[in-house]
Parts: sequence; C-alpha cells; structure tokens
Amino acid sequence: MKYSYYPGCTLRNKAKDLDEYARASARALGFELEEIEDWQCCGGVYPLGTDEIATKLSSVRALNQAKEKGQDLVTICSACHHVIKRVNDDMKNVEDIRTRANNYMQLDEPYEGETTVLHYLEVLRDKVGFDKLKEKVVNPLTGKKIGAYYGCLLLRPGKIMAFDDPENPTIMEDFIRALGAEPVVYPYRNECCGGYISLKEKEMSQNMCQKIEDSAKGFGADMLITACPLCKYNLNKNASSELPVYYFTELLAEALGVKEEVAK
Amino acid sequence: MQRIGVFVCHCGSNIAATVDVKKVVELAAKEPGVVHAEDYQYMCSEAGQAKIQEAIKEKKLTGVVVCSCSPRMHEATFRKAAERAGLNPYMVEIANIREHCSWIHKDMEEATKKAVILARAAIAKVNLNAPLQPGESRVTKRALIIGGGIAGIQTALDIADAGYEVDIVEKTPSIGGRMSQLDKTFPTLDCSACILTPKMVEAAAHEKINIYTYSEVEHVSGFVGDFTVDIRKKARSVNMDKCTGCGVCQEKCPSKKIPNEFNRGLNNRTAIYTPFAQAIPNVPVIDRENCLKFKTGKCGVCSKVCQAGAIEYDQQDEIVTQKYGAIVVATGFDIIKLDKYDEYAYSQSKDVITSLELERIMNAAGPTKGHLERLSDGKAPKELVFIQCVGSRCSDDRGKPYCSKICCMYTAKHAMLIRDKYPDTNVTVFYIDVRTPGKNFDEFYRRAVEQYGVNYIKGQVGKVIPQPDGSLLVQGSDLIDNKQILKKADMVVLATAIEPNPDVRKIATMLTASIDTNNFLTEAHAKLRPVESPTAGIFLSGVCQGPKDIPETVAQAGAAAVKAIGLLAKDKLTTNPCTAKSDELLCNGCSTCANVCPYGAISYEDKQVNDHGIRETRRVAVVNTALCQGCGACTVACPSGAMDLQGFSNRQIIAEVDAICR
Repeated sequence: MKYSYYPGCTLRNKAKDLDEYARASARALGFELEEIEDWQCCGGVYPLGTDEIATKLSSVRALNQAKEKGQDLVTICSACHHVIKRVNDDMKNVEDIRTRANNYMQLDEPYEGETTVLHYLEVLRDKVGFDKLKEKVVNPLTGKKIGAYYGCLLLRPGKIMAFDDPENPTIMEDFIRALGAEPVVYPYRNECCGGYISLKEKEMSQNMCQKIEDSAKGFGADMLITACPLCKYNLNKNASSELPVYYFTELLAEALGVKEEVAK
Repeated sequence: MQRIGVFVCHCGSNIAATVDVKKVVELAAKEPGVVHAEDYQYMCSEAGQAKIQEAIKEKKLTGVVVCSCSPRMHEATFRKAAERAGLNPYMVEIANIREHCSWIHKDMEEATKKAVILARAAIAKVNLNAPLQPGESRVTKRALIIGGGIAGIQTALDIADAGYEVDIVEKTPSIGGRMSQLDKTFPTLDCSACILTPKMVEAAAHEKINIYTYSEVEHVSGFVGDFTVDIRKKARSVNMDKCTGCGVCQEKCPSKKIPNEFNRGLNNRTAIYTPFAQAIPNVPVIDRENCLKFKTGKCGVCSKVCQAGAIEYDQQDEIVTQKYGAIVVATGFDIIKLDKYDEYAYSQSKDVITSLELERIMNAAGPTKGHLERLSDGKAPKELVFIQCVGSRCSDDRGKPYCSKICCMYTAKHAMLIRDKYPDTNVTVFYIDVRTPGKNFDEFYRRAVEQYGVNYIKGQVGKVIPQPDGSLLVQGSDLIDNKQILKKADMVVLATAIEPNPDVRKIATMLTASIDTNNFLTEAHAKLRPVESPTAGIFLSGVCQGPKDIPETVAQAGAAAVKAIGLLAKDKLTTNPCTAKSDELLCNGCSTCANVCPYGAISYEDKQVNDHGIRETRRVAVVNTALCQGCGACTVACPSGAMDLQGFSNRQIIAEVDAICR
C-alpha cells in the first residue's frame, strides 16, 4: 500500500527521529510513504481567521497533490495533522473558503476536500490493524509501563478530527498493547501541554506539564509516548523530567526490530 | 347547485393583521355556488356562530365554508353550530387561513391572495359535498394499562374504583417501577416504599384489577372502544398459585453473580429472584439466560428445595388475547447511558456514581445497607460533589435538549439527607440554574442551602480527575466569582438526564400513537388535551409524555384515568362517516386495497351485480366501516378507481386542486 506522506518542517529538524523511525517501521510493516513534492510548512497552528486564505494554501497544495495521485495523505506530527485535517474539512464544507482558495490556486480541477487525511496511528489501527502489528513485533516491550500522552491537537475538535473519543481515547493504549507493553491510563493524557504559550508564559506551561507528568507517574507509568514534537519539547523542558518522553515511532521501530537500522 | 355561505374570521388581529379579510369576502362572493359572504371579528364566539346559523336559515344555505383557524381547532365547533341550524354537519368545510397563511406570512398582499385561493378550494369542495351520517360502534368496558409503575398503578386504581375492569401489563417481575428504587421523596422526605407499597397492595387486592407481571404487549389491533390486544406472559418457571414466597430457592441458588438490575448493578442477585423484598407478586422468576439448569441442564437445586413444588422448568410463554375499550401508556423512563460523558470519569472511577445509584446506596435494602460509603474502598466520603445537568439541556448530540425537571429537587434532597445524617461530610453542588417551581419546592431547596449548609456553586464542571491516591479532583468554574476551581472530592454524584423507556418506540408503533424527536409520546394538544394521544382511545400517564416528578405523575395518572373513564362510560361511540366505499360495478376484486389497508378493514364477497343489464356474480371489495379509519390508502392503490373516500372523494380532491391552480 502506498500513501502520500507529509512530514512537516519539525520532522526535518528537531524531530528527525520521529520521521526516520516512522519510515523504517513502515517498510517493516509493508507500506510505503511517498513524500509529496515541494511541500511547505503547514503554519503550525490552524488559522482561525475566516477572512483570509493565504495561511491555508500550503495545506490545500499538499491535499491536492495526494488527490492527483489518488492516495490518502499520511501525517505524523500532531500539529501538521491538526492543521491539514481541519483545512480539508473547510475545503469540503465551507463554501466561502473553498471558492476563494480555488480561485487563487487555479488548479486544473478545483479541490473540494476529496483527500482522506490519515494520522500514522490511524494507518496502524485502520489499515494495518493492531492485531497484524502485534504479529510483526519481534522485540516485544514486555514489562514496560507506558503512559500515552495524546495532548489536545489530535483529539479536538472531536467531530472534525474524528480521531478517537476526545474524553476517553484508546488508540494509543491499543498501540502500546500491540507492542507488548502495558498501557497506563491516567486522567491528564488528553490535557494540553500549553503548546506555544511556553514562549510567552513559561510558568503556565510548567504548571500544565507538571500536572501531566505527576498524574502519569502517580498511576505507575515509567515513560510517556507522544506524536507531537511540541508536546515532547514542553514535557522535557517544562516538567521535572523524571519521566522519559519518546516518540511513539521510536518504540514502534524498537519493537519491530528496525531501530538499529535508523541509528546507522 | 349548492347554496354556499362563506364566513371569514378576523381572529382578532391573528388573521386580519396579515390578510385583507374584506377582500377575501369580496372575491369569495363571486365564486360559483356562493350566495352569501361576510366577515366577523371572532367567528367562533357565540355571536359569530349565531351569524352562521342565521344565514343558514335565511339564505337557505346547503353548504358552509368558514375561513378561520385550523380544522383541528374549531371544525367541530362550526359543524355543531350548523347542525343546530338544521344543516348536515358534513356540509361544513374549513379553509385554514391562520396556521396555513396569516401566521406564516408577512406580506399582506401575498397572504391575501393565498387566503382567497384557500377559500376557493374549500368552496369547490363543498360544491361536491354530500350529507353524511355517522354510524355507531360499541365500547368494551375494560382498560389496559401498559406499565406498572406509580403512573400505571394510580391510573389503574382510579379506573377500577369507577367500576371498570383494568389489566396492568408490566414487563419486569414486579409492579412498582422506578419509584420502588427511590429511598426518600421530595419535598416531604417520606420514604418512597412507605407510600408506594400500600398502593401496590391495593392494586393487587382490587377485585377489578388484574396484573400481568413479567409480560409484554405483543400485538394491538382495532380502534377506540374496541381494541384487541395480545399479551405475552413470559414463562416465569415458577407456578404463581403454588409458590408461597418463602425465599428458600433464592438462598440456595448457586448462580449468585448476576448483576442486580434493581440495585443498578451495584451488587449481585441469584438466577431465581424477586427484584425486591416488597415485590408484587411475591413470586420469583427464573432468569433463564443465567440459570445453570437452562444453560447446562445440570443443577435443579431450586426445584429440590421448594417445599411447595412450585418450580416448573418446562413452563412456556403464554399469549393472552383480550379486548379493551381504552389503552393507557405508562411506560416511564430510564436514565441515559453515560458513555458520551467520559470527562466525568464515570467509567474510570467506582466513586463517580449516578443519582439513581445514590438512591440505592442510601436505601436500607440497597447494596451498602443504607450506609453512605465509597464503592471503591468502603470508606465514608468526607467531601461529596454533585454535578447537575449531566446530559440535560445539552445543545449537541451527546445528551438531551430538554430539562429533566426532577434533578434539582432530588439533588437538594440528597444533599440535605447527607448533611443531616453525616454532619461532618461537606456537600458541594455545581449547577447551571436551580429550577424549583412546585408547591413547597423552593422552600425545600433553600432549606438545603440555609439550614443544612450545602455549598451551591453556579458553574459547570469540565472534568473529574481520578487521583493516584483514590480521591477525585473536580475541575470546574465558579461563574459568580469568575474563577476556576479545583476541588478535591471523595465521591462525585452525577444528576443524569432521564429519557423515555426504550421500549416506547415499539409500543407507540403498535398503537399508532405518535412520539416526538426525544421519544416522548405526543399529546393531542400541548395545552388543552395533555393526557390524550392524537390516536383516539390511547391515553398518556406519567413520564412517557414528558419529564415529571411523583406529584405531577400521580396528578396526570388521575387525569388519564378520568379521560379513560369518560370513554368507558359510553355504551356506543359515534364513528367517523368519512370511510372508504367500494363501487361494486368498477371493482375487479384484485385485492390491492386489502393489501395496503393498515386496519384490516377490507374483505371480499361474491356479490350479485347488475352491470348495465348484465347480471352476474363478482368478487368485490367490501369495507367494514367500523374498522375503516378513513386514511385513504386504498383509494390511491385501487387500479380501477373503484375505491373512494366519503367526504374526501377523488372528485372533491381534484376540484380543490383545480380551484387552487385556476
């Protein structure tokens, strides 16, 4: 199976490993991530302004490229996924944005939200299947107690993201189980880490991240996993950092026995 | 040619402000057949009716058109007025220029045009009307009550006391319903069982009341005054006549791990069980899905220990068929499932409970013998938080748009009882609004605040956070202080929205009674006929019609009983003469009409006909006018045009359409 793939800028810089482990794991699981050409930064934040389209165009270009190839578009970074999925929803359902974006783009055929946007975890759950993933695991992470940290971008707004139940998500716990480890459910797993507020009001983010870490530790987690570079940054920098935080793809690569391949 | 009078009502300003009534009179007067036209401020008033009667006599009218409100409102009024003046009531037609015109339009010119067209259509129809004579049907002097909760019991008692036979059909093994699960009742705090049990006993002992428990209504046919109902008596596996209710079978039953529905699954019951101590009848049932004897064929302990020999494993379901004149729906409610409200951690913590679960915990016969304790560790909670409107007044599709009405009062009750019994337990209530209309209700709520020191916070809760030490954190907002609150709690109680019993859809379909988007049964008129269904002979009692507390439910139960008694007291009912009629000369006996008839009103007979001098025997459709409801399905289905609906004939409908399109 071949997917169009949108890595995003952070995965080219600070979060290189998030990307590389994902690609190696995809090869091990037998699906291909075909990076789209000339992709641009998604902007990092979904633009709420309704009177301008410039900030949405990068997402529309990526979405349209996938449409032209007839492929689903896969993302990994929570922020990219959030922005692209919501822009796609706008192109499908908000006539004003759709018209103006298409007027500007002058595509051969107008883009109207036809592309399916999938997060890498959704590919694992809905396309590969967690049962199948379990079969492919060569180094089960037995004995590890892992807290899934969802953050907010993957889950909300629930109706548009349609990723999982925003109040009681299970996809990452099922993923952890498939790798042979034990998921630790803790109530702050879907709370926000503070995101960019870390730049302006560090204390607020510290407060939020510490709550997340304390809650996970309290319920017995040895480590956290996340799909978001910004969440990882905040949890590392703005909490006491007693819990290691990993990208979910790193543990995936480890369990599939392809981690070394990336390190080389 | 008819001599038609047209009467245009102003309805105060309801019609006259949007429709130029004088213009309607002027143009209607020019229509064929019209010999008289006038307008009046309130046509339904006595003076207005007198004007119609006068005109009928003076102008020798043979038909009347009243341009006014919906026929559902005043058709009967005007038909009776015409009848008193010697006109056949079915010669009166209503042109609805209020609901269908003035209320929904703003532009006077357009609305007037439309009103004239509606009048014209009605005039065209009256030109083809023929006098009709209503028939009569008999009334079976017996009522069926579906549901044996307090609503059903009260309605049954009131009807039975008036001297009519009543059957109660209850799905569960005992009557008593939701009220039997409650501990205390507001606003007087008397014990629920103490006031309910005497009513249950009275119903069971009443010579006119017959109770079918563990039974369901399976099929309903017929019509007002003459319903035929099949009732499925599910196999109880225990002989009702032999059982003495000693309870030994329940003590000895080895399947003890079945969630106890009566205690909301907070503890377990056995496979052979009576739901609660005061159950009526006090005869257990065997839950066959969980009984070892039925699952594996081995066991049979209950049969061995039963001194009375009452256990009958080979009992079969039984169908009882009975005739009724009136049916009362009293199917009650349940609370909604909380799977869409995971922010309150109901599925994650045992110490987050619903208010109905708290009722069972507070009850001496409940899972904790009436001691307020946490279900996780059995400790007494010191900090208790109530969250109001969980699933009620909800604007998205997770919950219900309506107010569940009972929660403000029962939460005040719970708070007060807990503060009274456990003075060192702090109680906090998060609310959107406190709604306490009702006699002595607001005084009751204020007592909770002022005398019992219950801490009410106006604001909603965003999240309940289970802590590693087993306690809970409640994250909410205080709208009056404008601040965020993080409150530690040992137990959280959710005032969960109520919804109609899920079986009500099935029952409404059987009864052809209408239900609204929330599955509450619709009343015939929201204000003026609140206990009747639009389907004749069906009455509504209790929460099946809308959220209610116990006093309101009992009041409505009585009202439903009075309406049913009013029906049962009649020996004969006047039937609607607007029924289908088959033209024998056109009918070819194809059976199409019988196949589409929802009431089974059409049969076939071999009849001698005289078709233009040819005498022969033909198979033709015959309509039973007592069963026909005048829906018109057959007239549309009939391929040869033989079926026609009296009062709404094909010619009349086409004349109306022609008049509109002219």
